Amino acid sequence: MKLKINGKQEDISNIDTILKLVEEKDLNKETIIIEHNQQILQKKDWQNTKINENDSIEIVSFVGGG
Amino acid sequence: MEDILKIGDKEIKSRLLIGTGKLPDKKLLKDILLKSEAEIVTVALRRVDQDSKDENILDYIPEDRILMTNTSGARNAEEAIRIARLAKASGCGNWIKIEIIPDNKYLLPDNVETLKAIKVLAKEGFIVLPYMNPDLVMAKEMAKSGAAAIMPLGAPIGSNRGIKTKELVRIIINEIPIPVIVDAGIGKPSEAAECMEMGCDAVLLNTAVATAKDPVNMAKAFGLAIKSGRLAYLSGPGPTTKQANASSPLTGFLRKE
Repeated sequence: MKLKINGKQEDISNIDTILKLVEEKDLNKETIIIEHNQQILQKKDWQNTKINENDSIEIVSFVGGG
Repeated sequence: MEDILKIGDKEIKSRLLIGTGKLPDKKLLKDILLKSEAEIVTVALRRVDQDSKDENILDYIPEDRILMTNTSGARNAEEAIRIARLAKASGCGNWIKIEIIPDNKYLLPDNVETLKAIKVLAKEGFIVLPYMNPDLVMAKEMAKSGAAAIMPLGAPIGSNRGIKTKELVRIIINEIPIPVIVDAGIGKPSEAAECMEMGCDAVLLNTAVATAKDPVNMAKAFGLAIKSGRLAYLSGPGPTTKQANASSPLTGFLRKE
């Protein structure tokens, strides 16, 4: 399945929800925030949010800044 | 004497706000916050780099501090609003420093877009602190539109040049009912003290601390300077005169005549 993650095209298989994507990528669940097709997701919604072909996903986290 | 700064719904004891960018080592942050006593701490939001396991900046910020996410990277109101909403979804609070910058050379903020973002975000319940170009008319509009404080720049971001906008900031301090925080450009503790002596409510620093040889002690020095400047402001400096005014009595001299 083709997905756009943080602006980059990626090909990912056997993943059907945002939560599974997070687990597959071994991302720190506590520190990331996810936007799915321009829709900001609450953490509790990761499990129910289905991923489809050509979806756009942004994964962000806090960094140092002034 | 209790001297509390009220921003939004919070009572703030420290008048020093600290940014967390450009630190040579994130581990310094804990001591910087401890020694400077800063309570409000800014962070930024960026895309996760999937290839590197970078440390989490939040691990170095004690939980009793107020986290304020900046909207750096935003070039217009729409982008700033998106960043603010993402930050809120993290569950780390609703304090936002609006920073909308279309120009990379001087990093000067776009006051018009900033005002638009304030209107939307204040209505959504964010505590909004706009980084702005010191313009009185805009500052008034921002205050009317729900900004919790106004953050005029002292000099371009990261320039360590001091309070170059002094006269304009002084006017804003006199005319605006909400707190005025000088954000950007302050390089030395004496400059932070100068801001406080003229009646600024607080100062936000990042580069001055992060690029010092000893960031922890520099943060402490700033904390002391800001306390000192505030106390001087509250104490009301005496008048300035063109000629000398003797400090010792002008009578009873031990002279022959």
